[in-house]
Amino acid sequence: MLIKELTELNGVSGNEDEVRKFIKEEAQKYADSITEDSMGNLICYKKGGSSKYRVMLSAHMDEVGFMVTGYDDGLIKFASIGGIDERILPGKRVLVGEKRIPGVIGSKPIHLQEKAERGNNIKLKNMYIDIGAEKKEEAEKLAPLGEYIAFYSMYTEFGDGCIKAKALDDRVGCAILLEILKERYGFDLYVCFTVQEEIGLRGAGVAAFRVNPDIAIVVEGTTCSDVPGAREHEYSTVMGNGAALTIMDRTSYSNKKLVDFMYKTAKDKNIPVQYKQTATGGNDAGKIQLTREGVVVASVSVPCRYIHSPVSVMNRRDYESCLNLVKAVLEEFDNNESLIESFKLHNVK
Amino acid sequence: MDYINILKDLSTYPGVSGQEDKLSGYIAKLFEKYCDSVEIDEFYNVIGIKKGIGGSGGRRIMVTAHLDEIGLMVKSIDEKGFITVSNIGGVDSKVLLAQEVVIHGKKEIYGIIGAKPPHLLTPEEIKKAVKMEDLVIDTGLSAEEVRKYVSVGDIVTFKVEPLVLQNNRFSSKSLDNRAGVVALLDIMENLTLLNHKDDVWFVATVQEEVGLRGANIAAYNINPDLAIVIDVCHGQIPGTPKESVFPVGKGPAVAVGPNLHRKYTKKMIELAKEENIPYQIDVEPGDTGTEAWAVQVSREGIPTLLVSIPLKYMHTVIETLSIDDIKNTGRLIARFISMTGNEMEEGLC
Repeated sequence: MLIKELTELNGVSGNEDEVRKFIKEEAQKYADSITEDSMGNLICYKKGGSSKYRVMLSAHMDEVGFMVTGYDDGLIKFASIGGIDERILPGKRVLVGEKRIPGVIGSKPIHLQEKAERGNNIKLKNMYIDIGAEKKEEAEKLAPLGEYIAFYSMYTEFGDGCIKAKALDDRVGCAILLEILKERYGFDLYVCFTVQEEIGLRGAGVAAFRVNPDIAIVVEGTTCSDVPGAREHEYSTVMGNGAALTIMDRTSYSNKKLVDFMYKTAKDKNIPVQYKQTATGGNDAGKIQLTREGVVVASVSVPCRYIHSPVSVMNRRDYESCLNLVKAVLEEFDNNESLIESFKLHNVK
Repeated sequence: MDYINILKDLSTYPGVSGQEDKLSGYIAKLFEKYCDSVEIDEFYNVIGIKKGIGGSGGRRIMVTAHLDEIGLMVKSIDEKGFITVSNIGGVDSKVLLAQEVVIHGKKEIYGIIGAKPPHLLTPEEIKKAVKMEDLVIDTGLSAEEVRKYVSVGDIVTFKVEPLVLQNNRFSSKSLDNRAGVVALLDIMENLTLLNHKDDVWFVATVQEEVGLRGANIAAYNINPDLAIVIDVCHGQIPGTPKESVFPVGKGPAVAVGPNLHRKYTKKMIELAKEENIPYQIDVEPGDTGTEAWAVQVSREGIPTLLVSIPLKYMHTVIETLSIDDIKNTGRLIARFISMTGNEMEEGLC
């Protein structure tokens, strides 16, 4: 499991270099060939036998983060890249740029807040990143306009099989795909590590166009809201209950037959599985589904509490469930290729 | 003095108001290196005495810095093992989301502070600051496991990794007022090279954050002829009134106002000028909100001075200061102590 290594790398959308370099080095051990496209997607090819089918697996390398937008004396003004809950930002640690210059997200301390300010959330425009620079010129030199900024958070194991890290969404998917890449099947396998998911699923569509797959499975870290304040029917997923299958979300509608097949496979093999109960969120499956003349897609995810924060949390058992389910499904395809065709056909009993 | 490592050790050592015993033991060890005698009183104030060369009639100068920190206390454990908390001291609930903590139960338990996820909040809720009672600690353990180790009333501290920033800036939790404790050590070290007639009583005090309690007790028991209180003041940040904040890195702030002894304060400012020690003036028209307020009116009254180290983002986990300001605080107060032996009587008039 490479989650520690993968989550401690920085790869904010648009600057996935560190992550790509690491994954490429790992993937080279197992892939027959690797293509790096103009956007930075990595497409790792594993040749099959005589089969005519192409199966695509996809996980995104990028993570939410920030970008330098300006200065207030030596302090850095910034914008979010991807969906970040502003409420969590005051008091967090960040690393600026490739040199990983440490900084903190500052705002007005409680003693100096007016009464109205105390009761309301601090707005992003009233926050700044403090790297200790005294003057604008110094800050500008160390953190030029447009520089990428990532959360700073160390991988930590805790509780009953839990892991806390930043960027579990979607380094957990990257870790699973690097495991799958060790396998070889009768069909051609394209394991894709995509860019820019967090700012609008930009990389995956391009990768899918190149691969032109018969079927695609997206492996993700997804929301998990099984916490106080949420009612049970609002739980998107439950941590520890296994691999989460998406039926529908804001961007995609998984192939019903494929999802049913994956659910049944999990049950047959005693792999813990659950449906994602809410239709919120969205991932690369949305873009892949609409590529060329359309692609059969499904998403399987590891539930992540406090997603898009520096302290996202997953359970190791859910990682295992997800990995085992993807493996089991690919083995079924390998044993019976006509399955792949069957998902594409409508009105066939 | 290895400021960075001492600051790292002291700022991350747990010592929430009312439960400072272990920290007091740790600080007593640090005091022993420089003091003639060190004792811990019944309330866990740490008192280190450094004898003078005599000739001042056994006069005592007391120098205090509080050692306690703000924190949280376990209030309840729910049926799923989530823990709710109360605050000890002035904690801003807005900076607690996605924060890492340690619960000091039967053993130390790691946890993360969560709340209702953002996508489930109503538009009204999104604007409002999260309330302390809506925050929960997630330990990744079952309720049964949590109850084995955690009890209502257990102390919770923030878990952070200190950062060294540009320009000798340092960021961590609890620099309010461990920075002051480091300044005490710095004065001691300076005094090993300077003659001083008076006996100096260094006190790292308890329970400042919950009402200046430790200093009250220490002032009564020691009954000094002069007291110097070291604390932190607000570092200058955007959007705050310039007259009540102090730029970090521009020297300690010497307070003036009715809480402080006028002649001694004047002498200290003159000394700073003579010795070219950078300083700022902290105008305090009334309650300084520090131990000086309690000490001044102990017994028949004690001439009191207040020197503050500018600190940004007070009462957050990213409190940020300049190490130079600590050094200059140490230098200024040590020089002042070595000077006052001769001029004490004059000052007292």
